[in-house]
Amino acid sequence: MINNRLLSIIRKEFIQIWRDPRTLVLVFAIPVMQLLLMGYSATTDIRNVPLAVFDQDRGSAARELLDAYRAADYFLIAYDVDSEDELRALVDSGDAKAGLIIPPDYSVLIKGEGSAQIAFVLDGSDPTVASTSLSAAQFIAQEHATKLMSNRLSRLGQPASVEMPLEVRTQVWYNPDMISAYFMVPGVIATILYTLTSILTATAVVRERERGTIEQLIVTPIRSWELMVGKMLPYVLLAVMNTLEVLALGSWLFNVPIRGELGLILLLSGLFLLSGLGIGLLASTIANTQQEAMLTVWMTLLPSIFLSGFLFPLQAMPKVLQLISYVIPLRYYLVIIRSLLIKGVGASALQDEILALALFGIGIMTLAAMRFRKRLD
Amino acid sequence: METLIEARNLRKTFGDNVAVDGLSLSVSEGEIFALVGPDGAGKTTAIRLLCGAMLADEGHVFLAGFDLHKQTEQAKAQIGYLPQRFSLYGELTVVENLRFFAEVRGLPGKDWLPRSQEILEFVGLEEFANRRADKLSGGMKQKLGLAAALVHRPQILLLDEPTVGVDAATRQAFWRLIISLLVQGVAVLISTPYMDEASRCSQVGFMYGGRLLVEGPPGEIVRRLEGRVVELVGGPRRLVESLARSDPQVEDVQMFGDRMHLRVIAGSSRRVINRLKASLQKEGVVIDRLKPVAPGLEDVFIELLEIVE
Repeated sequence: MINNRLLSIIRKEFIQIWRDPRTLVLVFAIPVMQLLLMGYSATTDIRNVPLAVFDQDRGSAARELLDAYRAADYFLIAYDVDSEDELRALVDSGDAKAGLIIPPDYSVLIKGEGSAQIAFVLDGSDPTVASTSLSAAQFIAQEHATKLMSNRLSRLGQPASVEMPLEVRTQVWYNPDMISAYFMVPGVIATILYTLTSILTATAVVRERERGTIEQLIVTPIRSWELMVGKMLPYVLLAVMNTLEVLALGSWLFNVPIRGELGLILLLSGLFLLSGLGIGLLASTIANTQQEAMLTVWMTLLPSIFLSGFLFPLQAMPKVLQLISYVIPLRYYLVIIRSLLIKGVGASALQDEILALALFGIGIMTLAAMRFRKRLD
Repeated sequence: METLIEARNLRKTFGDNVAVDGLSLSVSEGEIFALVGPDGAGKTTAIRLLCGAMLADEGHVFLAGFDLHKQTEQAKAQIGYLPQRFSLYGELTVVENLRFFAEVRGLPGKDWLPRSQEILEFVGLEEFANRRADKLSGGMKQKLGLAAALVHRPQILLLDEPTVGVDAATRQAFWRLIISLLVQGVAVLISTPYMDEASRCSQVGFMYGGRLLVEGPPGEIVRRLEGRVVELVGGPRRLVESLARSDPQVEDVQMFGDRMHLRVIAGSSRRVINRLKASLQKEGVVIDRLKPVAPGLEDVFIELLEIVE
């Protein structure tokens, strides 16, 4: 397989990469930047939602309720207001994301045998924050109500602890603290692999055409496949180094576990690279300039990012988009890399995804190879 | 003598535009063939078809006996090609470029190193071996291009306007190199806009509209206008030119610096000279020279262009 011509092309390509420090810096800096941005900013962990409290009761029972809210770190009691208007103004301005209204007779009702109602107001303009806050607010109140109930029972001379007729014991597997970085970091690895291999391959091939060096290459006895492989291999190596870079950073900065076998991770990442390289090559057969190549790749990049489940869950998408997602290789690789890192499963649990990736990789590559011509016209 | 480059009935179209239209030519070892013709005549496309950078719609190319279409690899291994545009790697040094092209063209093992040194000395770039190619001047880039085209000792050299934009000294050096290759038996095909270069070649082909209008040794080509060119030097220039043009037997007047070439109807040069002598003297023109001269390639090509256009 490896012959002299191929080695010469690879050596030449490496010299070119090496002598272009700006690109080299970008290649290694972009993953770090993307990882930091995604890891820290794209987090869906909701903590310390600013809460405005309109406590009309001011009694000890109301204080206990507020302590319960304080104890869970979902909310931060940021404002203590004296009227509903004041509360509304704070939510309007966005200073408070939620409001809690305790009625004047709260303590009386709680200490007697009555049933009290508290009001919880939510700013629904950001659905992610609102839905998490909503369930947190309900959960805290229910816990508190259960406690109050058992207090009442013990006062009536009955056993202090109550057996509830139904209890849900939840167990969150793989990521018990539900840290979003565990979800984001594998996604970053996947998008970086795809972006880098496709863009770098496309521009590396088109650069030869743009600068006219292709004309000299064509006249040599180099075969098309040698040129293709020789152009791609250096970028495969860069991509593998990037994978390791992001894995190391992810586990260092975000404590993302690497539970699967590293060999399997690299092997299946390699399988996924076929699709990225194929798209890059295909783009290079369409584009005449490096900018055109870049734009062509970007056209495939946007749907890949949005319809792969990288940022938004596929289950929540309309049926049409879900169907489209089946032709996006990134979709399968995301499942693979997330499962390998976080769940630590083996290849047998991922058969469908591996098969899909293999089909896409081979298909795109074949198409690209058929279109790839070592000629000027 | 063995024929090294042979083209038979090459045709190439781009959409409706016929770039090369039934081109046939052959160049033997030790021969140099010059393709000349106006811009857009199809010279560059012709060379690209000959080296396999483009595929002809019709016709055949044989390089050192190998069919370019069927025995592509063997055929291409015989070629050294210098395209019009600089087409080596700017990020690579001079010697890295040579190594790359030596290796991909199948120069065995470690041969690239002594061969690179040899070829760099040959083109006079040995001092710049470790300079990046994009840091070379225009003339040096062309020399490097030639070196890269020759590094694998090809039998066939295809040069597309290699001396355009190159200073006079480099141009001379370039030609000395090419001539020394001819002595070694290389067949060279060159396209050039310069008639003085074409006249040094063993064969000249005048290309127009994708075909060869006239082809042959320069000495034979100029015979078309034997006895039909009169050289005139005198001033004031404008007056001289208008008087010359008004002569009924003068077909065309071309300026070559301060000289004027009058193309006259066959067999009329004596009469034209006598008539002009009289009319010019009557107008008080100082005549420094007025005599028949041997026609040059340029005279012939201007005449050919007038016929076809």
